[in-house]
Amino acid sequence: MALNTPDSEQRGFRETSPGLRAAVFCLIAVLLMVTDSRSQLLLDLRRVLAASAYPLQLLLDSPVAAGRWLAENLATRGQLLDENEALQRRLLEQAGRLQRMASLEQENARLRALLESTAKVSDRVLIAEIMAVDMNPFRQRIVINKGSRDGVFVGQALIDADGVVGQVTRDQVFSAEALLITDVEHAVPVELLRTRQRTIAVGTGQVDRLSLPFLPRNADVQPGDLLVTSGLGGSFPPGYPVGTVTEVSSGPGEPFLTVSAQPAAKLDRIREVLLIWPGQATAAGERGP
Amino acid sequence: MSRRSAPAWPVWLVLLGAAALMSLPLPAALAPFRPPWASMAVIYWVMMWPRRFGPGSAWLIGLLLDVLQGDILGQHAFSLCILGYLTLRFHLQIRIFPLWQLTATVFALLALEAFLLFWIDGMAGNPPVGIARWSQVLVGGLLWPPVMALLDRIRERLEQRDRAFA
Repeated sequence: MALNTPDSEQRGFRETSPGLRAAVFCLIAVLLMVTDSRSQLLLDLRRVLAASAYPLQLLLDSPVAAGRWLAENLATRGQLLDENEALQRRLLEQAGRLQRMASLEQENARLRALLESTAKVSDRVLIAEIMAVDMNPFRQRIVINKGSRDGVFVGQALIDADGVVGQVTRDQVFSAEALLITDVEHAVPVELLRTRQRTIAVGTGQVDRLSLPFLPRNADVQPGDLLVTSGLGGSFPPGYPVGTVTEVSSGPGEPFLTVSAQPAAKLDRIREVLLIWPGQATAAGERGP
Repeated sequence: MSRRSAPAWPVWLVLLGAAALMSLPLPAALAPFRPPWASMAVIYWVMMWPRRFGPGSAWLIGLLLDVLQGDILGQHAFSLCILGYLTLRFHLQIRIFPLWQLTATVFALLALEAFLLFWIDGMAGNPPVGIARWSQVLVGGLLWPPVMALLDRIRERLEQRDRAFA
């Protein structure tokens, strides 16, 4: 094989040796890693980098977005009519429920006023779409198409129609990264709706399972119990559904129950999420649990 | 000297594309078997055009990967830089290897890179990835011959065009 290209012969003419350059680059990488994992100094640098990588992500997202656009625009009249009818029916149902809700909310506010505790103001929300971009495949992270330009902040809660989805971990200019509640590094302060027992729901890394590792053996918990956010910790506003307890077991000699729960939100098939700005101001700079 | 005038931007496009492929949405069942496209592309171009591509370009692609995948800034930059350096250091030897030996070398390089990533995860306190990090190495090694054939065609095109202009 004739492979003595000019490349290899002229390697000696380089200004610096490749080893030296590699060492310098590695040193920079190590410094970046240490700074990034130990402090918040690189947040702005990452914002700039992420904003410049955003076109690439848009490009990756575009086939999926185009497919959705086509599906929306090529629907037949019959399909649209059917969908319209179904949506109207649901609207009517929900409007009925909302009427009752409005009176309950008023009653709640009145009772709270009597007790002189702060009234819960309704939360501001914004719809964001999940971009079809895979992050590190071993973590439960997503990218949404709203960023600090739209007022998204770190620690902000994400919900969908069924329950809590996760929280924002990095706010970039045009997009934001969020951690799902099932990621192994994520924990939500929750309470059991039936008994008001407070505990913490920890992610397992599986998209359909949460774990409640801190319930003592004598805790009153049974399969089917609903978990809602307790509002403690300040990241999540109280009262949003998180999941349902599916399994309770206790090994002999263990101080805590082994409890698993299924997330209320269908985390593996959501396309749109709601960003919440809670009525009460929460600590905006808080960086996850 | 002819190589100096061969355009480098198509290669940068290939490298960018490889980095982008790393975040192409895949079904969850296939995600552990995503080949390390970016590392493979970096190995190829450093091996074939060592004057143009080295640890520095590998570092840049690594930084892009870090941003795209949301990892610690510098994790992929570090591992790809080492990968680029080793490839550059031994490019004269491995270029003349027969295909099976070259594939084995690439396999070893990818395994080394996976180990570096694994090591950094451990130091930074990230949760361990498990078996999936190593299945990627396996898939990358198995896919090397077709990937190399494809990149060879691109490179021959570029070099031919260059000769035509010279």
